[in-house]
Amino acid sequence: MEQFSFVSATSEAQAAEAVARSSTAQMGATVRYIAGGTNLVDLLKLDVERPKQVVDINGLEMSGIQPLNGGLRIGALARNSDVANDATVKRDYAVLSEAILSGASPQIRNMASTAGNLLQRTRCPYFRDLAHRCNKREPGSGCDAMDGYNRMLAILGTSEHCIATNPSDQNVALMALEATVHIRGVKGERAVPIAEFYKLPGNTPYIETVLEPGDLITAVTLPAPVPGARSGYLKLRDRAAYEFALASAAVVLGANGGKITHARVALGGVGTIPWRSREAEAVLMGKPATRETFVRAAEAAMKDAKPRSENGFKVELAKRCIVHALTTVSA
Amino acid sequence: MCKVIDELKNGGSPPEPEKETRLSRRSFLTGLGAASVAVTAQPLIAAVPEPKQEAAEALAEPGTIPLTLKVNGVEHRLNVEPRVPLLDCLRENLNLPGTKKGCDHGQCGACTVHVNGRRVLSCMSLAVMHAKDEITTIEGLGSPEKMHPMQASFVENDAYQCGYCTSGQIMSAVSVLKEPVGPSDDDVRHAMYGNICRCGAYPNIVAAVQQVRRLG
Repeated sequence: MEQFSFVSATSEAQAAEAVARSSTAQMGATVRYIAGGTNLVDLLKLDVERPKQVVDINGLEMSGIQPLNGGLRIGALARNSDVANDATVKRDYAVLSEAILSGASPQIRNMASTAGNLLQRTRCPYFRDLAHRCNKREPGSGCDAMDGYNRMLAILGTSEHCIATNPSDQNVALMALEATVHIRGVKGERAVPIAEFYKLPGNTPYIETVLEPGDLITAVTLPAPVPGARSGYLKLRDRAAYEFALASAAVVLGANGGKITHARVALGGVGTIPWRSREAEAVLMGKPATRETFVRAAEAAMKDAKPRSENGFKVELAKRCIVHALTTVSA
Repeated sequence: MCKVIDELKNGGSPPEPEKETRLSRRSFLTGLGAASVAVTAQPLIAAVPEPKQEAAEALAEPGTIPLTLKVNGVEHRLNVEPRVPLLDCLRENLNLPGTKKGCDHGQCGACTVHVNGRRVLSCMSLAVMHAKDEITTIEGLGSPEKMHPMQASFVENDAYQCGYCTSGQIMSAVSVLKEPVGPSDDDVRHAMYGNICRCGAYPNIVAAVQQVRRLG
């Protein structure tokens, strides 16, 4: 772990000002926020992250979970365990609670912040190991994952430069719920729909989000729950617990008169970013909520999947995951 | 001079820690015991490191910043580099080695402590982040003379083999008592999956936790 200077921010303005001096908000940042630390400290120990300064934002008042405009406002510092166990989240946004509780460990969930989880980095073993070539860590250096151990890596949203999976469960649920990320920047506040928050790797895999130096995520808001819709999260993995997803699905489904009137499908474990599947949603809308419809939606979701040497199984697994998740919420 | 060595040679165990000293297997094995092998009249006790109060007043190392940590109800004044994880600070700076370093990357749970009453991983946090927090380690839970009911239950149920994961298991288990966890063994396993045990003492760990939960 490289040395860095440390400051405890006492105001949002002070925190944003410190981070405004960073070279970038993306890979290679020279100034980093720390909240829970469950991702940053890990990457600091691996020397993947080498900031010159770390800004502790835990003293800021950003951890409330309150109703807002019929929906919900979740402060950036609200801990994963608090969000998952919140009565309103469990009742109106069940998929979010299920997703968070399926991830990490109780200890990590007690530490992890909502905004920190939004920015969670890939678990790709080549990203995490300085001995290997990684275009995300060192632009243009190559990717040892392409022809290496790629079993856990992505099949959607990949490019010839990067196939790193986004590992989060929370963010897949937030995609299906169409959350909005609220950012305080040097030029003022802005609200970014989560579908626009993440960047595909393309030929710039070191750019993961739209964040700029000086940006501070202050909250995530959820729209009012869709009346009558049910939501759920299904996570498939090698073990029953304590592992990242091989494939996961966050679904929100509403039906009226035997036809689907509201459908949101987002996937985890298979995409380079939390993967919203509009293809699956297009198949579902207006159709009866039957297995036949779900199977066609799953086919559509995986039509453009590009498997590598060791993750081809994810194509079929993700399809079954989608079908099973949809079946569960329409039971 | 070699009272300790003689006792060990005769199959005995190192002397019990005396009240005012910090003599322990740890200090013996870390090489301070070697001092006793040398022909010297210096007592072992004097070679044991003192608590770190003097270090705080001594000239601070470059790159360190002052920090006050409240651990097990006691305030400690230190100077640490910002990059020192809470785990290393507890073990090395504060001489509280009961919390263990298993994986050092937030995956095994051996480093579990309580911060403001919640179970967290001390290896995934920086010491300097905790100036305003109440930290509880296994040492603060109980002592051999006055064990926490969970510690006693672990002993009674033989809930450990090598013992390395054990302090983390106990810290997690104590949290489980205050969290909404279902009544079954499977519920306990699910609530404790963040603490892994290479020896496989899980059945007895679950039994120990359930015993405390049932007896209240």
